[in-house]
This record gives sequence, structure tokens and C-alpha cells, in this order.
Amino acid sequence: MRESAVALACGVLFGFGLALSGMVEPVRVRGFLDVTGAWDPTLAFVMGGALLMTGSLFPSILRRNRPLLRGRLWLPEKGRVDVPLVLGSLIFGVGWGLAGLCPGPALAALALGSAGVWLFAAAMLLGMMVHSMLGSRSG
Amino acid sequence: MHPWLSGFVGGLAIGVSASLLLGVAGRIAGVSGILGGALRPGVSDRPWRVAFLLGLPLGATLFRLVLRGENPHVEMVASPTVLVVAGLLVGFGTQEANGCTSGHGVCGLARRSQRSLVATLTFMASGMATVWLEHWLSGSGG
Repeated sequence: MRESAVALACGVLFGFGLALSGMVEPVRVRGFLDVTGAWDPTLAFVMGGALLMTGSLFPSILRRNRPLLRGRLWLPEKGRVDVPLVLGSLIFGVGWGLAGLCPGPALAALALGSAGVWLFAAAMLLGMMVHSMLGSRSG
Repeated sequence: MHPWLSGFVGGLAIGVSASLLLGVAGRIAGVSGILGGALRPGVSDRPWRVAFLLGLPLGATLFRLVLRGENPHVEMVASPTVLVVAGLLVGFGTQEANGCTSGHGVCGLARRSQRSLVATLTFMASGMATVWLEHWLSGSGG
């Protein structure tokens, strides 16, 4: 219960940050990816701001290895680079470039009144379900 | 506010959120991972996942209420068909890669994860190549 309350608060802050940052604007995201055209560096500032916080706060959290509410941290593997990681990232990047949306901004933007976002998000859920039906190879 | 500044401040908020989720609940704030887990049948830890995911549009709504003058410009640039194809690719690709911009980009890089570095460089390059190719095919240069 407390865990869900914390998760909700974190989600709200995350969504607020996405809306403020301009990451929910497909034109801006594609502007960042358009390096040979009219390049828009905004996304680099977003990543910079986010990494400034996680980069300075994560080390002590990881060292302590005991979150306030739970007895352990759930951390994905970080070492072994494999084919699914690279192939999946390539596929994700194509979709990201085509629509100018990645998963977080797509969900946040559901509240911002564009029917196209709902279409994208529905297709994204379908893509995730197709992946799990094909059998998840752990990467 | 200048877009670079609001981008930076928004990024700070995202980073604080990810740090709180890890430091308090022990979880990585990776949206595709949280969503993929929530969709898995019979998963036991669905409540916190759903709570976080619901928070995303709520946070965007809060932004709209607080800063009325700064409505984000969320108009789609792609046609409905392209949006569906793109959504399928993003959904499938992020599950195959075990992460997206938040999980690999914001959290993984802060953990100095080699996997996340490779993933982030790969999807950035692939996204840039896609936009370039699209412009080149449409003949508007690139």
C-alpha cells in the first residue's frame, strides 16, 4: 500500500517532468533526432538534468543497498551485452524516430488531448503483448 | 521559459522521481519495464506498477493545471498508419531490449551499466538514422 502510494507520487513527478521538459512533444523529440537538419538540442538538456540527479543520488542508494520501504533493490543485469539488447534498441529507435514518442511521454501525453497518442499507446501495448506471446528471451 | 531551461528543469524532476522510486521502493523507474511487467499475466507486484503508470498522465495533467500558459504541443507528426507501426516497434523493441529512454537512458547510465550505454547509443543512432532516412526519402534533403 505504502509502496503504491510512493510509486504514484513518483509517477506524478515523472509525468510532470516529462510535460515540462517538452519530451511529450513529438516535433521536439524528432528535432533532437534530426541531427543533419534543424537540430533541436532540448532533449540533451532533459537527459542532462535527469542524469545530474540520478548520477549524484544513485551511488549512495546503491551503496546502502536497502531502500526505505523494502529489504532489497530490484536491479536489472548491467554487464552482458547481447543480441536482443542491440536488436531491440534498433527496433525501438526506428519507432521512436517515426513517431517522436517513447513509452514514458506516450503515457503522460494521454492526458494532453491528442487522439493520435492513444492510437500510438494502444499499438505500443499490442507490441509488448506480441513480444511476450513470442516467448520472452531474457536479455 | 526557454525550452532548454524547461527541458533541464523537467529533466531534474524526472531524475528526482527515479531516485525516489529506487531509494524508497527499490525499483528502477523504467517505463517500458514497469509497463511490460504490469501486462504480464499473474504478476504479483502489479499495484505499484499500475500506480506509477497512472501517475504519468496525472502528472501531465497537474502540469497543465499549474502552468496554464505553457501547454505542451503534442500534435502528432505522423499519420495514423505510421503511428500504429511506430507504436508496435516501440512496444516490441523496448521489451526485447529490456528498457527504453527512462530505464536505460536515465537509470541505467547512472548505474554505469554497460548494457544501458550500448542500448542508449543504439536507439539514439537508430532514431537519428530513421529521421534522416525519412527526410531523404521525402526529398527534403538531410
